[in-house]
Order: sequence, then C-alpha cells, then structure tokens
Amino acid sequence: MEMTARELWTLVHGMGFGALYLMACPAAIVELYRRYKPGTLHPIEIADETFLGRWLLVMAVLAWITVLTGTYVIYPWYRALPPAGVHVLNGFPQALLKSYRATIGWHSIGMEWKEHVAWIVPIAITMASAVFHRHGRSLRGQPYLRSAVLGFVLVSFACAGIAGFFGAQLNKHAPVQGGSSLHIAGGR
Amino acid sequence: MMPGKNEVAARLPPNGPGAAAVLAAGIGCCAMGVISLAADKARPLAILLNVYSPSGPLSGVSTLAVFTWLASWALLHYFWRGRNVDLRRIVTVSFALLAAGILLTFPPFADLL
Repeated sequence: MEMTARELWTLVHGMGFGALYLMACPAAIVELYRRYKPGTLHPIEIADETFLGRWLLVMAVLAWITVLTGTYVIYPWYRALPPAGVHVLNGFPQALLKSYRATIGWHSIGMEWKEHVAWIVPIAITMASAVFHRHGRSLRGQPYLRSAVLGFVLVSFACAGIAGFFGAQLNKHAPVQGGSSLHIAGGR
Repeated sequence: MMPGKNEVAARLPPNGPGAAAVLAAGIGCCAMGVISLAADKARPLAILLNVYSPSGPLSGVSTLAVFTWLASWALLHYFWRGRNVDLRRIVTVSFALLAAGILLTFPPFADLL
C-alpha cells in the first residue's frame, strides 16, 4: 500500500485542515447563537468565553492554512501543463478534465469557483474571531454586531462546504498524483 | 432593579472597531469577487496578477483581495476606533458586499457579465 507525496499533501489539505474547519463550524455557530442571544438571562462564564475565543482563533488558523496550502502547494500541481507530445494526462488533472466533454465542467465551474470562493473563508472567520476577542460578552447587547459575526461564520461554513465538495469531486475525477512514493503497509 | 436600555448602551464598549472589522470583511470578500472577475475578463490584468507563476493569476488575485481587506480594516479602524456608528446600516452593507463577492466568484454568473 503506497501513497505519493502529492496525494499525502492533498489529504492533509482537504481531509486534514479543511475537514477540521468544517467540523469546527457547527459548534461555533451553536455557541454564538445560543449563548450570545440578546435577552438571554443565563450569565456567560469566563471559561466559556475564553474557550469560544480560542475556538474561533483555531478556526481562523485552520482556514488560513487550508487556503494557503491549496493555492500554493496543490493548485500548481493541478494546473501544471503537460509537455508537448504527452497524451497520457494522468499527472495533469486540469488538462485531463478539460480533455473530456463529460468532465470539463468540473474544471470550468467546480475548480474556477472553488479556488476563489475558498478565500472568503479566512477573511470571514478572521473577522469573526477578531470581533469576538474585542467585544466578547458585550455582543449580547449589540445584536447587529452579533448577527454580523454569526452570519459571516455561517457563510464561511457554506463557502468551505462548496470548496470541500468540489475539492473531493475534482480529486475523484482527476486526482493530483505524483512525487515520491511513501510506503504505508505491505499486502498479501 | 434592572438597568435601563440607555444605561446598558452606555456601559458597552464603542462599536466602531467591531463595525470596522465587519465592513472591512465585506469589502475584502467583494474585492475577491471583483478582482477575480476582472482578471478573468482582462488578459493583461491576469498577466499582471501572476505574481507566483505555478499558481498563476490566483496568487495575485488573492493577494490583492487580502491587501484590500487589511488596508480597509486598518483605515476604518483608525477612523472609528473610539466611536459608536450606525451598526444596522454597516452590517446590511457588509452582507450585501459579501453576497456580491460570492456571486461574482460563481463562474456561470460571472460569464453573464
């Protein structure tokens, strides 16, 4: 059982950082909605506020790592042009997708949207994290600010979902492959 | 006795810094959509934004959008740091900018323009 270095990077980018971000979103949304709802009488514990602040900060770090590895590590492998005369396009995902009528949409819509919409995620979550760190429990008394934070986290969840869905589908139709092989386990 | 509405508002920190962060995020997201659309429509701009060849114009598009976001954040924060601003209007505008940004990055919509 082997895995190439590029496959490992794709795994770390998508199933590591990206999936962790997606899993972290619902918890942040629920906490922001439930605890910081205006008119809620239940007091906010300092420990809970600190925890949510750190949670949002970790989410922002995850979002930045995901888009940076996607744009500067994996995307160059995806868009690499095949040398003249090469007809086997397995190592060139973009060219492979564009070579078939049935798969061209995965590039022209899927990748074209994913590569741009994904950048909205770190901007939105960094803002949410910064506003939460500055205003914290006073968000209860500022419903518009709380709505903005909650709304941007929700949108970042949706954008990360779009990027994750297309990432998975693109890698299914034209996987990013190549680089040195890593031996994981032997088989019978 | 429960504090009055005005009393509670007076105890809150100024909303200017929060509003600056929210509006700047909206501007940054919209910038991502506008710059990606512009690079898609104008070949010379796409070449100009190719700051890291292996990633192509995406490297410049994302860098410029992030720069726009951070610059607008710094500027808005400077002007609003100790003030209370009309949050309702700012949040509405920010969501509109965010929606525009997402829409402009969607290729079938961008192709219509």
